[in-house]
Amino acid sequence: MKKKSVSSDIILKNGTKYRLDNQTLFLSGELMLPVVPEFIRKVLKRIKLQKSGDFVVNLDQLDNIDSAGVTSLFYVKRKLGDAGFRLRMEGGNETIVKKLELFKPEKFDELPPEAKIGFFELVGTGVYDFFTSYFYGFIQLAANIFYFAVADLFRKKVRRKGEFANQAVLIGVNAVLIVVFMSFVIGLVLALQSAQQLRNFGANIFIVDLVVIGMMSQMAPLITAILIAGRSGSSIAAEIATMKVTSELDALKTMGLEPIRFVVVPKLYASLLTMPFLIVLANVSGIAGGGVAAYFYLDITPEIFINRMGDVMRNKDLITAFVKSQVYASLIVLTGSFYGFRVVRGAEGVGISTTSAVVVGISLVIVADSILGLLFY
Amino acid sequence: MDKEKVIEVRNLAASFGDTVVLSDVSFSAYKGEVTIILGSSGSGKSTLLKHILGLYETEKGEIRIFGEDALGLDEDQQLHMYMRMGVFYQNGALLNSMTVGENVALPLKQHTSLPDDLVDDIVNIKLGLVNLEYAINKFPSELSGGMLKRAALARAIALDPPILFFDEPGAGLDPISLESLDRLIIDLKEQLGMSIVMVTHEVPSILRIANRIIYLDKGSVVFEGTLKEALKCDVESVRQFFSLLDDVDKAKQA
Repeated sequence: MKKKSVSSDIILKNGTKYRLDNQTLFLSGELMLPVVPEFIRKVLKRIKLQKSGDFVVNLDQLDNIDSAGVTSLFYVKRKLGDAGFRLRMEGGNETIVKKLELFKPEKFDELPPEAKIGFFELVGTGVYDFFTSYFYGFIQLAANIFYFAVADLFRKKVRRKGEFANQAVLIGVNAVLIVVFMSFVIGLVLALQSAQQLRNFGANIFIVDLVVIGMMSQMAPLITAILIAGRSGSSIAAEIATMKVTSELDALKTMGLEPIRFVVVPKLYASLLTMPFLIVLANVSGIAGGGVAAYFYLDITPEIFINRMGDVMRNKDLITAFVKSQVYASLIVLTGSFYGFRVVRGAEGVGISTTSAVVVGISLVIVADSILGLLFY
Repeated sequence: MDKEKVIEVRNLAASFGDTVVLSDVSFSAYKGEVTIILGSSGSGKSTLLKHILGLYETEKGEIRIFGEDALGLDEDQQLHMYMRMGVFYQNGALLNSMTVGENVALPLKQHTSLPDDLVDDIVNIKLGLVNLEYAINKFPSELSGGMLKRAALARAIALDPPILFFDEPGAGLDPISLESLDRLIIDLKEQLGMSIVMVTHEVPSILRIANRIIYLDKGSVVFEGTLKEALKCDVESVRQFFSLLDDVDKAKQA
C-alpha cells in the first residue's frame, strides 16, 4: 500500500508535492514560472504511464498561479490530448478561476502559414529587387550626390562651414601613416619575390621597371583605395546609418538642410582631393621599399635605381593613377552613403550596413580597377 | 502598519563628481500599491530609479527589495532579482532588430527552460493583455508611439514580475492614449497583483492611479504619503505642482 502511494506522487525539486490519486491530480501550493518547466516535464511523464484516458486536475488546494502556470496547464492538456488523453480542470478558489480565464491561451487564432516561395519566384524577385532597389537606388543616389557636388562647388554659402577641412583630415591626413607603411611593405615584398627570378636571367636592373610600373599603374592606387574603403567607407556608412536611425537626418531635412549636401558632399570633396596625394605618397614609399630590396638583394645602388627610374616612368601612369584615384574615391563615398541611407531596424542594421559598405566598396574598387586597367593598358 | 514593504530605501546618497544628486533619501513602497516618484526635472528621480534598479553603483545608503538587500548582490542573486522585476523604459527600449513577439519572448527564452510552443502561448497572452496580439510579427519601427508603449509593457510583464517599474510612461503620449495606458496599468495591477513604482509628472495620470506619492526636491524627499495627503499638503513645491490642476478650472471659467 505504502509503495503505491509514493509512486503516485509528483514531487518537484523545491519540495512541492502533487498527489495523483485515482485519475485526479491534486495541485497545491504555488504553480509559478520557476517550477513550471519541471512541472510540465514530470506531469507529462507521469500521466502517460497511466492507461485510461480521462483525467481531472483539481485546483482546490492551489494558492497562487501565474500566467506561465495557467498556460502550462493548458499546454499539458493539449499535449495529452494529442496522446489520446482527456484532461479536465476543476475547482480552485476565486482568484485561481479568474486567472484561468484571463490567461487562457485558446482564444488566439493560429496565424496562417507563410506561403512557400518557389525557386523561380526566388530568382525572379532577387533579380528584380537587385535592379529596382540596388542598381536603380545606387544610380539615383550617385546622381543626387554628384548634382549637389557640382552645384555647390562655387556656392560657398550652402556649404557646411569647416566640414571639408575636417573631413579631409579624417579621410586623408589620418590615413597617411597606414598608407605609407602598407605600400612600403608591399613594394619591398614585390621586389623581394621577383629578385631571385630576375637574377637567374641576369636581368637585375629590370627590378626597377617592375617596381616602378607595378606600383604606379596598379599597386599604389589599389592599396590606397582598399585601405580607404576599409577606413572611411565603413565610417561613412556607420555615421549616416546612425544618423538615420536616431532621426537626425529627418531633423536636418526639416531644418532645411539637405542631408546629402550637408553630410555626404563634404566627404566626397575631401576624398576626391586627398586620394591623389595619398596615392603619390603610396608610390613614393612603395618604390622606396622596392629600392631597399633591390639594394640589399641585387646590389643596385640608389644612384642606378633613380637613373633607371627616370627612364622607366611614363606620364601615362601618372594620369592613370589620377583617374583611378577619382573613380575609387567616388565609389567608396557612394557605397558608404548608399548603405548608410539604406539602414533599417536600429543597432543591428547599422552593423549590417557598415559591413556591406566595406565589402561592396572593396569589391567595386577591384572591379573598377580591372576595367580601368584594360582601358589604360 | 501591517502592509508588506516591497521596497525600502534608507539614507541613499549619490553624486556625479562634485554635483550632489541625491542626499539622504529614505522611503518605502508597499505591496499592491502604486507608488509614484515625483519631482521637477533635475530633482534626481531618474537617478533614484536607476539606483533602485541596480544600474548605478550605490556608495551610501541601503536599498531593500522584497526585504532582501539589493546592494552587493553577486551575479546569480542579481539575475534572480531582475527576474522578479519588470522595467518599462520611457521610449520602450525594445530591441529594434527583433519583432514584437520576439522581444516579449526574449526573457522567457533566455531565463527559463519552457518549451517553445508554451513560450509562444505566453507571448500571445501577454500581447493579448495589452491588446496588441495582431502586432506580434511587426518590428518596433512599424509601430506607433502608443503601440510601442504597450509592446514595452508586454515585455515588462513577460515573467509575471511581482514588482513593475515605470520610467515616465506618459512621455510623448496624447492625453487620451495616456488614459488608456493608465487604465491598462491599473487592470494589470489588479489582475496580476503587482506592485508598481513609477516616475512620472503627468498630473492626470497621477490622480488616476497613485496610491502613494514620494516628492523629490533637489535630491531629497520633501513629502511622502498618500495621494489624499499630497493634495492637502502644504509643502511649497508639492502645492505648486498640484496647483497646476486649478489652471484647467480657471481656463474653463474664463
